[in-house]
Amino acid sequence: MVLSKKLKQRVGILAVVFTALMGFGSAALSDNHERAIGANAGDACVKDTSWMRRNHMELLKHDRDRTLRQGIRSVEGSIKGCVDCHANKDEQGHFISVNAEGEFCSGCHSYTAVSLDCFECHATKPDTQSTTARTAK
Amino acid sequence: MSQKQKMDLNSAEHNAQVVDTARRRFLGQAAGATAVIAPGITLMTIANAEASSEGASSAKRWGMLIDTNRCEEGCKDCVIACQQENGWGIGSTDESLSNSRQKAQWIRTVTVRDTDTGHTNQLPMMCQHCEHPPCVDVCPTGASMKRADGIVLVDKHICIGCRYCMMACPYKARSFIHESMHDQKSHAPRGKGTVESCTMCVHRVDRGDQPACVESCDKGAMMFGDLNDPNSEISKKLATVSSTQIRADLGTSPGVRYSGI
Repeated sequence: MVLSKKLKQRVGILAVVFTALMGFGSAALSDNHERAIGANAGDACVKDTSWMRRNHMELLKHDRDRTLRQGIRSVEGSIKGCVDCHANKDEQGHFISVNAEGEFCSGCHSYTAVSLDCFECHATKPDTQSTTARTAK
Repeated sequence: MSQKQKMDLNSAEHNAQVVDTARRRFLGQAAGATAVIAPGITLMTIANAEASSEGASSAKRWGMLIDTNRCEEGCKDCVIACQQENGWGIGSTDESLSNSRQKAQWIRTVTVRDTDTGHTNQLPMMCQHCEHPPCVDVCPTGASMKRADGIVLVDKHICIGCRYCMMACPYKARSFIHESMHDQKSHAPRGKGTVESCTMCVHRVDRGDQPACVESCDKGAMMFGDLNDPNSEISKKLATVSSTQIRADLGTSPGVRYSGI
């Protein structure tokens, strides 16, 4: 009985410390986002920002299968959509890769030490006029 | 397409219909009161693809018909169009470290020669989008897959790069990427360690357009459409001209058919 009381106390302390850490983490994340939210980003993402911050990978994972395997293209979780909104432009007006240092995707991913494999294959910049012009015969 | 080519084609259609009266009756009934058949049928037609939210449906089977008689020797328009559309070859600055045998090749032109007569034909060769694709059979992870509408794709999310599919493909249609990529198109992701091949421009098909190669062929040698729809231009054409599947003996039932070889 006494032991379990002590245990409860310890769990309580741990919970307080953990919550504080999480709060610190969120504050740091939001700072990052304000710096590099993206050139075309509007007021809101496809879902609430705090939801997106934690669950964007789930949205992308399920919708990628729907798009690729079933051909359903009207999905919320499109990585093309991420890049279209969240890519920043440099002083010359050229898009910067979303996975470049300090940019929208890599900002959080390097902070949280989560590897970012999407851009091993996916385009890191929105399709621009110049790439479209190149496809013209 | 020149006027002469159109006329040739129309007369071919006309002859076929005179011979096949049962088919004409059927088509007449199918077309109903309007009964507009034949005049102006060309190889360059827009397929009735629907960019719907329902996705790929097994009601459709996308396929191609390639008229090798119209494919001009030395012409590489379809290959160039594919490279620029999907960002490989000259359409990309990547793969600078790979040699020519390693570089991606989604579509290539092949010259076939009849050894008895010496007659040669050029034809474009790419993923044949088989009904029974050997690449899908052998894939250990399920990355190699066929959509409900018959388009065979690689799910690079789960491709481990074992290249078993490349060994299994009788058409040598698949390539492996040997180096890091940076210059991809947003609609055609490509990455090191994965296998890739012709996607039948699935991103274009899903929005109701034709594949880039078909669109680029001004000789009218390539036709794209729904093989399941008896009223599609490609089905009508397939019913009137003799066409073959390459390596039909393997039973893969390719969605790409060739006439004139």
